[in-house]
Amino acid sequence: MSETAIEFNHVQKIYYLYTSIGFKELLLHPIKYRREKRKRALIAINDITFSVKKGEAFGLTGPNGSGKSTILGLIAGVLKPDRGTIKTNGRIAPLLELGAGFHPELTGRENIVLNSIILGMTKKEVEKKMDEIIEFSELGDFVDQPIRTYSSGMLARLGFSVAVHIDPEILLVDEILAVGDENFQKKCIDKMMSFKKNGVTIVFVSHSTDQVHKICDRVARLEKGKLLSIENA
Amino acid sequence: MDRKTLIYYFDLITVLTKKEIKVRYKNSALGYVWSIANPLMYAIIFYFVFKIVMKFNIKEYSLFLISGLFPWQWISNSITGGANSFIGNASLIKKVIFPRFFLPLAQVLNDAFHFIVSIPVIMVFLLFYHRVPSLNWFIYLPLMLIPTFLIAYGFSLLVASMNIFFRDFQYIIGLIMTLLFYLTPVFYDMSFVPKKYKNLVLINPFTPLITNWRELFMHNNLNFTNYALSILYSIIVLVIGFAVYKKLQVRFAEVI
Repeated sequence: MSETAIEFNHVQKIYYLYTSIGFKELLLHPIKYRREKRKRALIAINDITFSVKKGEAFGLTGPNGSGKSTILGLIAGVLKPDRGTIKTNGRIAPLLELGAGFHPELTGRENIVLNSIILGMTKKEVEKKMDEIIEFSELGDFVDQPIRTYSSGMLARLGFSVAVHIDPEILLVDEILAVGDENFQKKCIDKMMSFKKNGVTIVFVSHSTDQVHKICDRVARLEKGKLLSIENA
Repeated sequence: MDRKTLIYYFDLITVLTKKEIKVRYKNSALGYVWSIANPLMYAIIFYFVFKIVMKFNIKEYSLFLISGLFPWQWISNSITGGANSFIGNASLIKKVIFPRFFLPLAQVLNDAFHFIVSIPVIMVFLLFYHRVPSLNWFIYLPLMLIPTFLIAYGFSLLVASMNIFFRDFQYIIGLIMTLLFYLTPVFYDMSFVPKKYKNLVLINPFTPLITNWRELFMHNNLNFTNYALSILYSIIVLVIGFAVYKKLQVRFAEVI
């Protein structure tokens, strides 16, 4: 039996919609505030159980608000479950959405250093991989320009090359491949395939079932926070 | 904590702070000028209002103002700027797990850097009044940096965490900082404050700090009681800041 990379055990996640009730309510009606807070709880995912094996590509599909991104957040560890347990095994790298964690005024190269370190590399490791990252991103001389001058495709390339060079053991992909030209999309998919071969676990979130089925071994379908099915792709 | 984690933390805080400093200078050709323009402008305003119009009787009033306004600027910028240090990095907080308390820390270190590079300006004013910084500075200056840094960090951690949950907070913090500014002896001396109100100014955690910075810049000296007080205040603030951060940070990603 191969090792388990991610394990969800009857996981529930509730969101309290804090932001909709402001400071005013807290000060003026503290009791009402408490009651409202409970009323406005939203069950994002409920009783989710699944496990992903090491080296497996696992897809998550479902309409908006079905809980895909919540599951990704739980795997990444930025969210904590309200019920149930989650176990993960290995270094996790999330693929950030366009330009997240990048600063527009800094150059591509400076952003590579910044982002790689935030994602868990030391400075030495980044320096060792710098050339490789730049080459993979196909940015050429643009890498020394401030990234506010970049197109969205270039940003996507930069983000993807940083994420894949962290040597993740679990890669989290949140519909990033919608951007970038066809060539680069193909390159990304190739890279993910080679990751798979090397035993990297991939969790892939997408609306588009086509893309998911192309890459993933198994695909989970979610609706309104519930797991409808897990099929082999 | 092992060596690798320590190196990583060091790299993380360096890269975040460098980013803040770089961005500040890249945005405008006159980055340095802007960071000293603000306290200098206030100095000119207060000098005009209180020395020329109201005829305050404080000797070397411009030096008096500068020596309080520059450290105040550091504290105040760290807190108002720090308030947005989590919200401004929402996308990271939502996706990446990393020690988030480094974000306001980078902000405070950035403002500390600007304070330190503005010290030569204070020296120019000293020379203007025929004063020379003494060798004491080599000991006293680092000593003063510690509580100033701790209190600025404690407060910015506190407000940054609360700001995520109550967005109104950033407006409140602006008001509070204005209030505290006037309750801190920046442009007046403690001896001016009527007895009845003295305690109000004294319980202000910034009072002993600013008073001591002035003592250092103007008299090459430190007041021990004030120093002990400012260390005490800064530790209390830092402990509260961290406690609130710890309690709230679990839900940062879902609320932000």
